[in-house]
Amino acid sequence: MTATPPARTPILDAVGVGKSFPGVRALDNVSVAIYPGEVLAIVGENGAGKSTLMKILAGVYQPDAGELRRAGVTVRFDGPADALAAGVSLIHQELSLAENLTVVENLYLGRELTIPRLGHWLRKSPMRAAGLEMLAKVGLPASLLNARVSTLSPGRKQLVEIARALGRDAKVLIMDEPTSSLTQTETARLYEVIDGLRAGGVSVVYISHRLAEITRLADRAVVLRDGRFSAELARHELTHDTIVKHMIGRDLTQYFPRDHRKTGGAAVFEIDGLRYRGGPAHAASLTVRAGEVLGMAGLVGAGRTELAEAVFGIRPVTAGTLRLDGRDVRFKGPADAIRAGVLLAPEDRRIHGLILEASVGANLSLPNLDRVSRAGWISRGDEADLHQRMIAKLGVKTPSAAQPVGFLSGGNQQKVVFGKWLARGPKVLILDEPTRGVDVGAKGEIYALIDELCGQGVAVWMISSDMEELLGLSDRVAVMHEGAIAGELDRAAMTEEAIMTLATGGANR
Amino acid sequence: MKRIAGVLALLLVMYGALFYSNPNASSQSNLIDVANRQGFYGLLTLAAGLMILSGSIDLSLGSVVGLGAILFSVLMKNGVPPPVALLLTVFTGTLIGLLQGAIVYGLKLQSFLVTLCGMFIFRGLARLLTDNRDVGLQEVLRKGNHPEFQSAIEAMKTLLVGKVAPTEELVFPAMLGVFLVVAVAFGAILHGTVYGRYWCAIGYSEQAARYSGIQVGRYRVLTFMIGSSLAAFAGCLLLLNYGTAKPDNAGQNYELEAITGAVLGGVSLRGGEGTMLGMALGAAVLPLLGNLVTFLEIPNDVIPVVVGLTLFLGSFVDEVIRRRGAARKG
Repeated sequence: MTATPPARTPILDAVGVGKSFPGVRALDNVSVAIYPGEVLAIVGENGAGKSTLMKILAGVYQPDAGELRRAGVTVRFDGPADALAAGVSLIHQELSLAENLTVVENLYLGRELTIPRLGHWLRKSPMRAAGLEMLAKVGLPASLLNARVSTLSPGRKQLVEIARALGRDAKVLIMDEPTSSLTQTETARLYEVIDGLRAGGVSVVYISHRLAEITRLADRAVVLRDGRFSAELARHELTHDTIVKHMIGRDLTQYFPRDHRKTGGAAVFEIDGLRYRGGPAHAASLTVRAGEVLGMAGLVGAGRTELAEAVFGIRPVTAGTLRLDGRDVRFKGPADAIRAGVLLAPEDRRIHGLILEASVGANLSLPNLDRVSRAGWISRGDEADLHQRMIAKLGVKTPSAAQPVGFLSGGNQQKVVFGKWLARGPKVLILDEPTRGVDVGAKGEIYALIDELCGQGVAVWMISSDMEELLGLSDRVAVMHEGAIAGELDRAAMTEEAIMTLATGGANR
Repeated sequence: MKRIAGVLALLLVMYGALFYSNPNASSQSNLIDVANRQGFYGLLTLAAGLMILSGSIDLSLGSVVGLGAILFSVLMKNGVPPPVALLLTVFTGTLIGLLQGAIVYGLKLQSFLVTLCGMFIFRGLARLLTDNRDVGLQEVLRKGNHPEFQSAIEAMKTLLVGKVAPTEELVFPAMLGVFLVVAVAFGAILHGTVYGRYWCAIGYSEQAARYSGIQVGRYRVLTFMIGSSLAAFAGCLLLLNYGTAKPDNAGQNYELEAITGAVLGGVSLRGGEGTMLGMALGAAVLPLLGNLVTFLEIPNDVIPVVVGLTLFLGSFVDEVIRRRGAARKG
């Protein structure tokens, strides 16, 4: 495979596309050409514009600048149906199969073969015959044809989805984080299928933040940063360090400040043998020290968020103890945890972290009303002071405290979530995916803030799926696998490989 | 603010039309009568509005009004002094709210469902309490029952309803006065205290409120208790005002009229948004509309259609303004 295919017409071509959402320019003047039979990786941090670009290519969004070309001809996709008709298929991160139907029914969903004159009677046998061919292309056994999709593993569902796209004669397959919920074996199987597709002349646009996958699969990579084109890398340039450099656009050590750490601080918060309702059989134990960042890694569904929620009092604890400053504590609900100074910035800030319709100020005040009121009566003056203090301290970019928080960019929304807790003076700060959907600039500010909090003696427990962030910011990393803490790595032992081995249960094999 | 300006404009137009329609319409006695009814609906609108604001809905309000009227009368008939009977009735309302709120929160059921059941149950209880016979103040005061309550009941009528013995003439809109006292207190709580803030937060997003450490259950149950107490109190006023009450239809549909008033006054059915001033103005619309229709000599049967259309148009215009605003800011 050559880095840039010879002067052929791209099969799909985005020229100078741009897209804005309320408060954020998600994509700005980005051009990408996809050639037949290549695997093109789109790389970038969360919020770099990968998903937006992908959705434009697949007709989900319409660009507000630039244009799309299909085999050199300008086209307009008014919806995913137009893109599908042009042979561009999006394999969703959240799978879009009808779980209660069988595999063959899904393969033909929405375009069933029928006999119109007989009231659209289904022609099952030709669908079955063609369905078998589709399954063969992705290497799935014929016996799955009549299996209910809900009984399949995530990896097989993904392959069914690819088979469906191929059945629609897809020329370009767009895959968004296809391995995020796959096992290692399933991932290897997916690689084989992708190699086969490439050999068959199908183009694959591959989006992933797992750099090892990109190095393994891609012929070329386009790096996005902050919604803009950052670099195009040929196959021989696809090394971890080069990709990262273009992704974050600066030196890693500056980006992840560690100037204020106090290693060897007191064990502020100890989780000992904790189990919670609806949780795994394993009990979890963990220690968070003052002035350090305890990173927590794990695959999606490993139970990290659930553990944090159990600690914070959202999920009822059934066994084990929590110790804060050496004293046993029991949180019956978030109110207890908050009073004790154990604070959670939740994973889904749009649902749990913020009231999007309410103002920046109202959100900042919400957990702090006890501090700005007397006998239940709110002092407007004290409240306004609190708002101004937090907005200034965190550098929240907002026209005023009265602005609905939903109108802010992801990074500024996250700063408001931090602001809610900083005003209380946290002892233990649990951050669940603190920079998800946050643009690069704001990410750096959040990292600096986390470091500063460490300097004030706060114990930070940071759950993250962002490997760079975990490696860059953590003093220790605890790794979860299937509900259990699979291991803990100190800074010297922290590598992407070591973390992934633990996260995928590798150490147990 | 736009919403308040809108409903204020609507009220002004309606008053203008009323004055223009018929010379009798602008008579003092008619205006007092309308104001009195506005006060009565105001209490229920406040109850409905508070619930909607905090993300619940109470369909049992009308039945609790009915049960309140019946219970008030039955208690007095059985010798409970009128002021005590009134307090006991209101307290019963508080317990009803506590029960319904605890069920909604404890069993994690929707308030719509629980209060729909409540609507039937409390209506049924009102009927069971008297074997579905009408009750009335006359019956309480009849010889052999409790004629000694006469002065107390007359005093309450004057003070709470504005009807003065012996002619029972409506002298001043006492129910509006009662409402204003309650509204000022509530406005202060809603807009000046932690309670109001928490109710709005819960109405917007129960999850975000919970993750912010608000004890959601406690604050939601409180709204049920306040709402049902107000409804039971309104039931007492209803009995004092009309002198009689029918178990099977006293207060019927009031919950829907109260919800209408709250929505007209800018309380968002999605929860989280609403002001005391808006609710008060919204509550003023329906009684005025009824009066206007009468004076325009339009048949009464038109009223439901007009109410429905007013609510629809009001909400629609509001939604359009809201979407425009969102689109512009975005």
